[in-house]
Amino acid sequence: MTLTAFFFYIFSAVTIASAVMVIASRNPVHSVLFLILAFFNAAGLFLLLGAEFLAMILVVVYVGAVAVLFLFVVMMLDVDFAELRQGFLQYLPIGVLIGVVFLVELIFVVGAWVIAPEVAGHGALPIRNPDEVSNIAAIGEVLYTRYVYFFQASGLVLLVAMIGAIVLTLRHKPNVKRQDIATQVARSRETAIEIRKVEPGKGL
Amino acid sequence: MTIGLSHYLSVSAILFTLGILGIFLNRKNVIVILMSVELILLAVNLNFVAFSSFLNDLVGQIFALFVLTVAAAEAAIGLAILVVFFRNRGSIAVEDINMMKG
Repeated sequence: MTLTAFFFYIFSAVTIASAVMVIASRNPVHSVLFLILAFFNAAGLFLLLGAEFLAMILVVVYVGAVAVLFLFVVMMLDVDFAELRQGFLQYLPIGVLIGVVFLVELIFVVGAWVIAPEVAGHGALPIRNPDEVSNIAAIGEVLYTRYVYFFQASGLVLLVAMIGAIVLTLRHKPNVKRQDIATQVARSRETAIEIRKVEPGKGL
Repeated sequence: MTIGLSHYLSVSAILFTLGILGIFLNRKNVIVILMSVELILLAVNLNFVAFSSFLNDLVGQIFALFVLTVAAAEAAIGLAILVVFFRNRGSIAVEDINMMKG
């Protein structure tokens, strides 16, 4: 058994086991932590496939941003998760039935997959020798030239998502004093101070 | 024994099925449903990268990058909606999300 096969089986076994734990664990915090484990091992699978950039992006974006976001929300919301788990066993038989049927169909489809020899390497963008051009350089060369519009569009998607998330969750409390820079800057000597004549021996 | 394309496709098929199973089993918990959607997208990405590697074509990796972007945006929006819903109703049970049914 070669080293690649060994690591493939380790990574895929841990990925699948932690995916099972994501959907089956009792506590959603544990679910998020198992999701992180699944992402890490999927990044390992990506590395085995030679997609180094995507593996690192998977760790940075998924583990660093998405999973931490999930963790924040799970811990922030005060939800009775035990109540939400009711009906878990009720849906188990039909869920497992559909899952098994779907999985068997998928395995039948992908199990006998053979690539025609004249197809491989004649795609739109053949991968060059990794010793000459690294994966990141190869992706960068096409991402900023050939796919620049898609790249910009994905940036717009992220921008819209960011604005949407902020607009959805922002709320103004009426009793909070906020800084108003325009009024601060617009203050002049006349609006700021007032000179009064004070008679000696008397107060104001 | 060498690891071929069908090995990766099988792993990705299992991941996809687990994601669907998660949606079925945790029908009441929106957070776990969102996590299952992330699992499904991860399986799709694994498919893209496996085909990209074995067909020797870089386009699959580029597309997987875009799928990843959309997945991140979807998670952010979904969780924001979840937080707003929790503020309004004090619960995240899926069967409570029929206020607009009329």
